[in-house]
Amino acid sequence: MKLLKLAGLAVGASLALSSAAFAEDITIAVAGPMTGSESPVGRQLRNGAEMAVADINAAGGVLGKKLALDVEDDACDPKQARSVAEKIGGMGIPFVAGHYCSSSSIPASEAYAENNVLQITPGSTNPTFTERGLWNVARVCGRDDQQGTVAGDYIAKNFKGKNIAILNDKTTYGKGLADETKKALNKAGITEKLYESYTKGDKDFNALVSRLKAENIDLVYVGGYYQEAGLILRQMRDQGLKTILMGGDAMAVQEFASITGPAAAGTLFTFGPDPRKKPTAAAIVDKFKAKNIDPEGYTLYTYAAVQIWTQAAAKAGTTDPKKVMDTIKAGAWDTVIGKLEYDSKGDIKQLDFVVYKWDDKGGYAEVSQKGS
Amino acid sequence: MDYFAQQLINGLVLGSIYGLIAIGYTMVYGIVGMINFAHGDIFMIGGFIALISFLVLVSFGLTAVPVVLLIVLLVSMAITALYGWTVERIAYRPLRHSFRLAPMLSAIGMSFVLSNFSQVAQGARVKPVPPIITGGYTLHQGSSGFVVQLSNVQIVVVLTTIVLLAIFTWLVARTRLGRDMRACEQDQTMAALLGVDVDRTISMTFVIGAALAAVAGMMYLLYYGLVDFFMGFVAGIKAFTAAVLGGIGSLPGAMLGGLAIGLIETFWSAYFSVEYKDVAAFSILIVVLIFMPTGLLGRPEVEKV
Repeated sequence: MKLLKLAGLAVGASLALSSAAFAEDITIAVAGPMTGSESPVGRQLRNGAEMAVADINAAGGVLGKKLALDVEDDACDPKQARSVAEKIGGMGIPFVAGHYCSSSSIPASEAYAENNVLQITPGSTNPTFTERGLWNVARVCGRDDQQGTVAGDYIAKNFKGKNIAILNDKTTYGKGLADETKKALNKAGITEKLYESYTKGDKDFNALVSRLKAENIDLVYVGGYYQEAGLILRQMRDQGLKTILMGGDAMAVQEFASITGPAAAGTLFTFGPDPRKKPTAAAIVDKFKAKNIDPEGYTLYTYAAVQIWTQAAAKAGTTDPKKVMDTIKAGAWDTVIGKLEYDSKGDIKQLDFVVYKWDDKGGYAEVSQKGS
Repeated sequence: MDYFAQQLINGLVLGSIYGLIAIGYTMVYGIVGMINFAHGDIFMIGGFIALISFLVLVSFGLTAVPVVLLIVLLVSMAITALYGWTVERIAYRPLRHSFRLAPMLSAIGMSFVLSNFSQVAQGARVKPVPPIITGGYTLHQGSSGFVVQLSNVQIVVVLTTIVLLAIFTWLVARTRLGRDMRACEQDQTMAALLGVDVDRTISMTFVIGAALAAVAGMMYLLYYGLVDFFMGFVAGIKAFTAAVLGGIGSLPGAMLGGLAIGLIETFWSAYFSVEYKDVAAFSILIVVLIFMPTGLLGRPEVEKV
């Protein structure tokens, strides 16, 4: 009996001590589509955040404390995103790097604002995210109005006089991006031959593809995510169409080439200038490669988001979200993807979208505006 | 005319896959009077097993496409049938004499169990597979330049569906098992009194339904090249709708319903708008049910006195 009491005391003491140790950690969160059709990008977000937290802890942490990372899954579903946001707010977490799908980030941002959480999204590009005057939002990527302009200009220069079709998947991101591209195209004097929507999650696009065939479409612009774009491309090639497919930043995922196989060659999409090639990123890219991770897509953007918050929190001397946000908007930050400055809405001042082309070996490379 | 022909091909292939799944729903309803909501997920399991079998066979160095396809077909039918049998034993048989809704609730629960099991066991990502059957035929080159294309995969899907439907119709009409199924469908108690092993017959119904769903899963994998853990949900709903449209309890009805849904979706996309194709399919379902409550080929419940 005495031994049991002693053992119980020991366990209790160690628990108390360990919880005291945990009290020393600052928990931050990363939220994204860890499951579901966008899970490859969720993995990118997670990799970026985990590496950033590890590096920051190795350099001494924030305000003398180590960082702990809480990973949350929204499955690219607005309802789940909202409840994840409530959960993170309830846990008293001061900062979240997330989400990815604009249709998730936007409802989540309202919950974060109510619960005093600072949100920096690595990959939500829909303009509405920063246009509603919420104090707690910022992003590391560009916006769809910029992206649509770049896409529209490219199409106007390289597909003059051809038949263009614009598709969207009815999500916040997809429709927003497709409409911005349509606006840019119409402004350049080009009218699209076909404007249609499909449902995200559908697999059969053969009817739509036959319609593209009947209209002799030369370029189809897809405002949507990579899985449906990949299926549309695959089914187009199955039906004998040589139409070029162009998409947005959601197509910067390696899985796209797994779905299409070598048929991916010639597909175009817009994304920021490849962060892996920037000199500021070289050392960190090597660290990722040492772990057998290719930091593609939004990996380094997430890393940058955590970096910005860390630097701002250190500068402000506190993790209080409102004070940190004021600091972020007032300063310029050196991150893995370069120097970033913010405007009062939370958008970065640097415009950066370029056009990429997939090859037949499952890789992609930048192309110049003049097309190649 | 060419455009119509191409869309007809698209619709028939899509409809065949729906039809294969719908048969499982309709058979189970006919014999035990319950909607097997887990059936869509059995279809998903079938797709996954087909994918895994493919990868295993390819890693063994087998590359002759017809041989691989046949083996994968048999293996996925067998293993998925085992899943179907297990689901029936665990989730439905104990509740057979319970209140009417109990098996249905159990089915919904089983549906979640299966899709989450798949998510945990196989990962949350979509699993793509490079095109296995490639090539096709140019059927007709129209004067406007529109080319009607028929791919080999489409031929395989439709042929497999026809063959299986033929085998299955023969099974129900001419074999002892089929006679037992029809007997249980008409009057379970009487059939038991006349020496039919009701438990075994019901189990076999689930097993055959699961096998057909496995074929649908394999066709889906060949045709679209993707499987994921939540594909059972939407396909299940559409196939269930197809079964109801064709007349729940009627076998040819299930196939007819499947083809109808596939054709409606395709032709609506072709001539009106892609955006509202699902709205169109379900609206037509409602209209049909208003005028023909038991579906297109359904038999009204006859009260025997």
